[in-house]
Amino acid sequence: MPSVDLASSPLRELNSALHALTDNTNATHWTVSNPRGQHNIAVGLDFPVEIEIDGHVGYYCAGMNKQARVTVRGNAGQGIAENMMSGRVHVTGDASQAAGASGNGGLLVIDGNASARCGISMKGIDIVVKGSVGHLSAFMAQAGKLVVLGDAGEALGDSIYEAQLFVRGTVASLGADCVEKPLKDEHKVELKKLLDDAGVEGVSPDEFKRYGSARKLYHFHIDNVGSY
Amino acid sequence: MCGIAGLFLKDQKLAPELGGLLSGMLEALSDRGPDSAGFAVYGDGDNGQIKLTLRAAPSFDFAELMASLGKLAGAPISYQVHDTHAVISIPTDREAAVASALVGMKDVDMVARGKRMAVFKEVGLPADVARRFGLNAMTGTHAVGHTRMATESAVTTNGAHPFTTGTDQCLVHNGSLSNHNDVRRELIRQGMTFRTENDSEVAAGYISSQMAAGASLQDAMTSSLSALDGFYTFVIGTETGFGVLRDPIACKPAVMAETDRWVAFGTEYRALVDLPGIDAAKVWEPAPARVYLWERH
Repeated sequence: MPSVDLASSPLRELNSALHALTDNTNATHWTVSNPRGQHNIAVGLDFPVEIEIDGHVGYYCAGMNKQARVTVRGNAGQGIAENMMSGRVHVTGDASQAAGASGNGGLLVIDGNASARCGISMKGIDIVVKGSVGHLSAFMAQAGKLVVLGDAGEALGDSIYEAQLFVRGTVASLGADCVEKPLKDEHKVELKKLLDDAGVEGVSPDEFKRYGSARKLYHFHIDNVGSY
Repeated sequence: MCGIAGLFLKDQKLAPELGGLLSGMLEALSDRGPDSAGFAVYGDGDNGQIKLTLRAAPSFDFAELMASLGKLAGAPISYQVHDTHAVISIPTDREAAVASALVGMKDVDMVARGKRMAVFKEVGLPADVARRFGLNAMTGTHAVGHTRMATESAVTTNGAHPFTTGTDQCLVHNGSLSNHNDVRRELIRQGMTFRTENDSEVAAGYISSQMAAGASLQDAMTSSLSALDGFYTFVIGTETGFGVLRDPIACKPAVMAETDRWVAFGTEYRALVDLPGIDAAKVWEPAPARVYLWERH
């Protein structure tokens, strides 16, 4: 099990080593110590490897992730798991702005709070935040599911496309074209699976409200023809 | 860009380490602000004395100036030279005479006034600026620092942060204000003077004008949320206070940490990693449009 101390070893060496992994490697479980808030830790991975980072990380940790399972034992700076394609990223503390931004797939789990713009422009990623999310979360969210066990800040789901939002607590305000929708059995099944995948226990899908697009903003409407 | 570092000590046993800790924080933020750096340090204050920070051209002869100012003050002036700056301590009842003498001098400028605050800033890499001023050896209760990547005005010493527009008051800013010209005009109309065209100086001036009118720091910070438009993270120092404020959209990054011994602000967590006990500190992102304030009592 490779163990990398970023206090003594350059970050570029770690990322290069992770990028060079091949199918016959035995190095499938890595631990990283002393991240000290550095940016771009474990970015661009494309291998089913397990990475455990012990401490707070800076910007864009696990960005563009494919296949890998990355755990941050601490807080994450801006853009954790930005543009994730697949795999799983887990933050045991809080995440700063734009967590999971533009993600195409995979699962991002944040045990604490995520600040503003969580899931901005998400395109298929699933995000489970056990705390609350800040303002403008799921802004222009296109696909995927954002699950918030706590509260959501102002303008949730502004200009949303077809992502689905589930919030257990209060929503400060909904953004343009985002509306509450019925929570049907099919949604509860999906939500239950996500909660299980994220390791959430003792919380029922019935406790959530579902939000999504009213579809008035992005479809052509004849009344707006003069604007084109 | 730009970087902010602030440290407010709860445990005064750390006072001798204040400058050294801030120095490390500023250096960690070099790539956010490599063109200039500055800091305000709140050190000891004596009743009946006032501290003036003077700034002069390189190789200025402060000793000669102090001899002539000493005659005006009626006693030798206690002073410390820090590269291009000097901090003098004089009895408050002699301040008027000394200040009026300084006004007429073209090679030296009075840049800060406080019972406890001294302000140092220069063009250059943060580590070099900190070393030139001897920040490592400075002691005190709290300090506010800044590394600058200029966006709104020229790279000059006057354009560096912190900005001070009132006694023991200073402000550092990461961001850019959009209505600073309007606010500056209004403050000038009220009698305030400004050294620069810089937007951040206007923010400092706004806080000072509110406090001069009787507002608490808390109130002044709250009212700046509606008076100032644009992107900002401010860290503000007063004789006893340490405040943090982010704009409602929270454009600019910010991290705070707190232990039983200190409260710290960093634009990035990297600035905080060498603080004593950081591994056990509470670390969080300050919320948008919320006033955070710590006061010494």
